[in-house]
Amino acid sequence: MRTIILKTASNYLLPLLLLFSVFILLRGHYQPGGGFVGGLVASIAFVLHAFANGLKSTQEFLRYHPGIAIPIGLTISLLSGVLPLLSGLPFMKGSWFKDPVPVIGMVGSPLFFDIGVFFVVIGVTLTILFTISETAQE
Amino acid sequence: MTDNTIILPVIMHMLIAVVLIFLWNLPRVQKFVSVAGSILVLLVSILMFYRTWTTGILTTQAGNWQAPFGITFVSDVFSSMLVLLASIAGVAVSIFSIVGIRKERLRYGYFPILHFLLMGLNGAFLTGDIFNLYVWFEIIIIASFVLMTLGGRKPQIGGGIKYVTINLFASIIFLTAIGILYGLTGSLNIADLSLKIADVENRGLVNVTAMLFFASFGIKSAIFPLYFWLPASYHTPPSAIAAIFAGLLTKVGIYAMLRVFTLIFVPDDFTRNIIIIIATATLLTGAFGALIKKDLRQIFSYLIISHIGYLIAGIGMFTEVALTGLMFYLFHDIMVKTNLFLISGVIVKIRGTVKLRELGGLYDEYPKLSLLIAIVFFSLVGVPPLSGFWPKISLLYAAFETGSWILIFAIIISSFFTLYIIARIWAEVFWKPAPALDHLPEDRFSRMRFFDKTTMILPLIILALVSVYMGIAAENIMLISKHIAVEMIDTSPYIQAVLGTN
Repeated sequence: MRTIILKTASNYLLPLLLLFSVFILLRGHYQPGGGFVGGLVASIAFVLHAFANGLKSTQEFLRYHPGIAIPIGLTISLLSGVLPLLSGLPFMKGSWFKDPVPVIGMVGSPLFFDIGVFFVVIGVTLTILFTISETAQE
Repeated sequence: MTDNTIILPVIMHMLIAVVLIFLWNLPRVQKFVSVAGSILVLLVSILMFYRTWTTGILTTQAGNWQAPFGITFVSDVFSSMLVLLASIAGVAVSIFSIVGIRKERLRYGYFPILHFLLMGLNGAFLTGDIFNLYVWFEIIIIASFVLMTLGGRKPQIGGGIKYVTINLFASIIFLTAIGILYGLTGSLNIADLSLKIADVENRGLVNVTAMLFFASFGIKSAIFPLYFWLPASYHTPPSAIAAIFAGLLTKVGIYAMLRVFTLIFVPDDFTRNIIIIIATATLLTGAFGALIKKDLRQIFSYLIISHIGYLIAGIGMFTEVALTGLMFYLFHDIMVKTNLFLISGVIVKIRGTVKLRELGGLYDEYPKLSLLIAIVFFSLVGVPPLSGFWPKISLLYAAFETGSWILIFAIIISSFFTLYIIARIWAEVFWKPAPALDHLPEDRFSRMRFFDKTTMILPLIILALVSVYMGIAAENIMLISKHIAVEMIDTSPYIQAVLGTN
């Protein structure tokens, strides 16, 4: 099912959705959103791309297997939890920079935890969906 | 006392698992990372046990949110001892997996999942929050389901479906019980619950909640009449996986039951009677089941159930002596049950089957290995001075003290049956001459390189040595068990350590 409308639209929707997913990720600490939902939105962007242009071209576009995002995300999350331990604080103690960064807002270790979740969700969702659609095509 | 490093056994396993996922396509490297990582965790656990033993209960508040609002991790002697034993079993299984697990399974992430499972176990042992305990249980279930079905053979999927269905059902009961408890008291911290539950006026609902917890942990630890999923599933996965399941998974249920029934609900006479009756039934049905099975692994599965009965009996009697015996038996059981399934793995490598009818003549071909296995069998049966003997004495003594005659009867009968079953296995597998079969499977063990043979036998030796140590240096283990039993009856040090008040 390849339509020219979807194909053209997906070219604009992919960056838009990715940007939106980052927006959701960043607002997530005190407001609805966060790494999990952000990751889902980001993977929807790629799934839509795969719908419009075929799985092959999305995989070529991504270059790496999406599964690699899982350990990367886990590492980021784990580090954000472990770093306080090194300075003698309890596991997962949240520490923040004093001043907010423009556009992003407050930056601190919970944000990095969320970024880790973001990557894990992208990795897991895309691995599952790509595997299913690969077997469906056979 | 606050000590932020007690979370390390959990984090380290996660770190190892993440490193292993990065090495997804390099199974050979994975083996060495896994073994080295497990040994590191073992060293940390030894250190943690030592610190807990010398300085008292250690706590850390995750995220620095103070109890009872945040999630507390607690390392008392009970927790740290179990983490230590889990680490020993982890080292043994990860060494055994080097050649004990096929390449196809390694390619689909056996080692990372194994370490996620161990992370879940350590987390469950260390947490001081009932909802967090539930989360660790979920991690354990998911990891164990993947391990059980890894490889995708038909019996494995069949066993895995039964296993995961009944365990998810248990989790739902567990979650419901937590929900009711939270509704009654407004707290999830176990130490805080222990104080608040006394003020609840609706005693009926409290007892119902206690029974919900008992049912859910009962399913997970395979007590009568909720055990049927265990013999249906434990013989299907490869031996290394079955070993970690047999040694630790059912024991997490017992651990949770002990925590809940010592800290939150102290059992009254009625509950104790129910538990004693269930313990009797578990002891007997497990032994009867093992009697009629003709498959080595299924026999071992039924023995797990039978011996869970000893542990439940200890909770039912609830005296200091009974809890001491229970603790000792728990430590002994983790080591021996893990070893039994590893032994079945070695036998599969040698003979290609675990059916008693097709086995035989092992003593002729492998006398040294057979003697090593004999030590494990003897400590399972409880021949003095090996490790199974001492806790049974304590349990029998406690049963005499509390006058539970039916339990004395069950303990003795079940011990005799275990002896009979082990004697039969010995006769069938080791002494009987090898049967003349037309399709004699080749001996894959004798063709292995020396290094490969070592990696299969070394775990057996490590675990057997721990069992022997528990038997010979029983006074040390008794001291630890007694310390835990005292802390279980007088829980105020635990509560004080977590909440930091009187």
